[in-house]
Amino acid sequence: MPVLCSSCSEKRAVLKRPKTGHSLCKECFFGAFEEEVHQTIVAAKLFKPGETVGVAASGGKDSTVLAHVMKLLNERHGYGLRLMLISVDEGITGYRDDSLETVKRNQQQYELPLKIVSYEELYGWTMDAIVRQVGLKNNCTFCGVFRRQALDRGAIMLKVDKICTGHNADDVAETVLMNVLRGDIARLRRCTAISTASEGDGVVPRCKPLKYAYEKEIVLYAYFKKLDYFSTECIYSPNAYRGHARTFLKDLESIRPSSIMDVIHSGENLSVREGVKMPVQGTCSRCGYISSQALCKSCVLLEGLNRGLPKLGIGKHHRLHEKILSQQPLTESEQRKLKSVDF
Amino acid sequence: MLMRESGCLGQECWSREVLAGWYVPRTELGYPRCRTSSYTLYLPSSLITICMLFNLVLQSILFLPPQGVSQKAHKKLRFVPGIVYIDEGGAVGQCKEIRQKTTSELCEMFRSTGFPFYILPLEQVLDLPGSVVVAPSSLSDQPTSAYKAAVDLFLQSGGGTDVITQEQEGVSLPDVQDSQTQLLQQLMDSAKTLTAKQDLLSTLRQHLLVHTARTKGYSKLMLGDSCTRLAVKLLTSISLGRGAQLAEDTGFSDCRYGDVVAVRPMREYSAKEIAYYNRMFKVPSVVIPSLDTKTPDKASIQRLTESFVTKLQADFPSTVSTIYRTGEKLQTACRSSSAEDTDRCLLCMCSLDTVVEEASALQATLISEQLSQTKAPLITGQNSVEPEPSAAVGRCCSAEGPCEGTQVAAGCCSSPKEHEAAELRSLLCYSCQRTVRDMVSGRAAAVTRMKLRSQREKIIKNSSTTLISKLGF
Ligand SMILES: [Zn+2]
Ligand SMILES: [Zn+2]
Ligand SMILES: [Zn+2]
Ligand SMILES: [Zn+2]
Repeated sequence: MPVLCSSCSEKRAVLKRPKTGHSLCKECFFGAFEEEVHQTIVAAKLFKPGETVGVAASGGKDSTVLAHVMKLLNERHGYGLRLMLISVDEGITGYRDDSLETVKRNQQQYELPLKIVSYEELYGWTMDAIVRQVGLKNNCTFCGVFRRQALDRGAIMLKVDKICTGHNADDVAETVLMNVLRGDIARLRRCTAISTASEGDGVVPRCKPLKYAYEKEIVLYAYFKKLDYFSTECIYSPNAYRGHARTFLKDLESIRPSSIMDVIHSGENLSVREGVKMPVQGTCSRCGYISSQALCKSCVLLEGLNRGLPKLGIGKHHRLHEKILSQQPLTESEQRKLKSVDF
Repeated sequence: MLMRESGCLGQECWSREVLAGWYVPRTELGYPRCRTSSYTLYLPSSLITICMLFNLVLQSILFLPPQGVSQKAHKKLRFVPGIVYIDEGGAVGQCKEIRQKTTSELCEMFRSTGFPFYILPLEQVLDLPGSVVVAPSSLSDQPTSAYKAAVDLFLQSGGGTDVITQEQEGVSLPDVQDSQTQLLQQLMDSAKTLTAKQDLLSTLRQHLLVHTARTKGYSKLMLGDSCTRLAVKLLTSISLGRGAQLAEDTGFSDCRYGDVVAVRPMREYSAKEIAYYNRMFKVPSVVIPSLDTKTPDKASIQRLTESFVTKLQADFPSTVSTIYRTGEKLQTACRSSSAEDTDRCLLCMCSLDTVVEEASALQATLISEQLSQTKAPLITGQNSVEPEPSAAVGRCCSAEGPCEGTQVAAGCCSSPKEHEAAELRSLLCYSCQRTVRDMVSGRAAAVTRMKLRSQREKIIKNSSTTLISKLGF
């Protein structure tokens, strides 16, 4: 006896929803998945009619599903949004080349305008070149910091009102866990927010319409919809701590599938004790981007790369910011400390 | 007097001052596994009850005064600790003989401390009045004055052991009826997952501890959590959806019970330091199995988290202290005396965290469930997305309290059974709802026998049924 869909009770179920455990047919799954994203968008009031929204597109499953669902919901529910794709070219041979091809196909499939901003054009460095200098150990620091700013710069070039990213429930839960492990209370408080207001010049508001969508369901959705996406992980692997948080979350999910939502619920309900010091947000005195230090992370990293002192942006070298700003030369011992990169 | 001088019990300084007398060398040695069960310490000078988990930490506190320090130092502490040990053998499936052997060993151990002690089988939780979940607005004077009398006598006798010994004699090894043990086992078995079982067990243990403290007239419970244990607990709480209750679960003082405040004075010490201390002062110990003894890492969320933190600590030695410090920065929401008990979870007794914003993990989950079931109307159009307020808090048809029979008949809830399940959910916090969901549905939902009234307040205040009956007995 085939299992019947628990929603329509007519068709054969083809999958068991990782999120709820219900057996659903293909159509009912699509319907539920799309409706849930719609409900999230409406409940959190993510967009206003007439806005121009940039979909951060990497060619991966999350952003491909996001682009597809955003276009579909925009038409189905008459959001009145002008959608476009923004892609960042980090300059990673063999990874980005292929995924960018996917994004370009997506552009045609979804008939959305596409803007590609490259690290090389923005910073004068490709990720490949950065890895050649800093090695594989800290490259993700660079990639994460640069990508965040690159998206903003791309969005500003395109005059976009908002950026939406493909972060899913797993990503959010994982970030909650990671911030607990790192004791980063400021990020812990921020990381469950579904949208960020504009934090200053040069920063475009962001939101996560897939915040409550399980990664497994995104994969199923992409698979059954036969969406065109690029499935290889970044060849420069993520940092170890995030890896631990990820493994832990997967194990939690295997014990109790609701764990992903449970962790997010926890994150949404944390309250920080009064009087706990939070970093004050200011702006970078070189590029104007938000920063809690005199120089933003990306400018420090860049300075390090350009001076051949790659460790500059990795450790805590806030003392040196003044020197860098005023173009003073560093002492020999300072140089020595910043030069060596242990692999 | 130490207590008076510091004048701020429930604060960090208290822990510092008291523990200054219980110097624990900050040296690292082998890694112990904590055992669970329970104890109480009593502070007569300000009527403070201290209960603790029976683990290595607790033993340190108990055994230092008589063994490591002179009687003079003991007196300087100005309190007579009382010990509560909860024998959970009935819940973990131990046979009667083993349980008796363990309790008599402990009995010897406790007796040697010279402190009054209570050894209670967990089965007693089955007989607790439903009111244990509510802080009585006025504690009955009886136990308090009885305790005061005992304290006075103790102080008069110059801190001698006469009074204590008397109290000790009266409380050893109560008999457990087989039928009660069976009932407890049935309740434990109704939890389908080890995660839910462990959660249920700790709830039952908490209830019995609080009840004991209350009826014996104590106002403070002392828990023996080390920072290692608290780091694990913090991450476990996050994983179980208890973010809102984190501060209560892991903070220095825990006010969720209202009249009885739980404190965690050992939280600055790591499990290693405590183990070292115990070894140095030859603190005796008894090995007591817990629910997850000899289970694989992925047997439960609690177990997984413990092994995760332990392994991470081995690679990154700052793991435990970092997680612990994270907890330090989180809010402790102590309830005011006027806080309504109806806003508290029936099981864990923390504030309900189920009234949430429209865009929240809880709402999203409810919507997913709705959309995956038969006859779920696919809501279309941007304006019709108001989530049903009823669903939001796990209630059924009306926002204020449960629906009456007529509404059930009118089809607001698809069945009376479902209606009762919704009813029970509305009394529980997010995480306890998850636990109950992991219990055999017949049990969890069989709240039929529970005499629910339309007002939640009335339910709790007027109900003569025990908590356990609410869970299906
Ligand atoms: Zn169907
Ligand atoms: Zn900058
Ligand atoms: Zn609860
Ligand atoms: Zn109803």
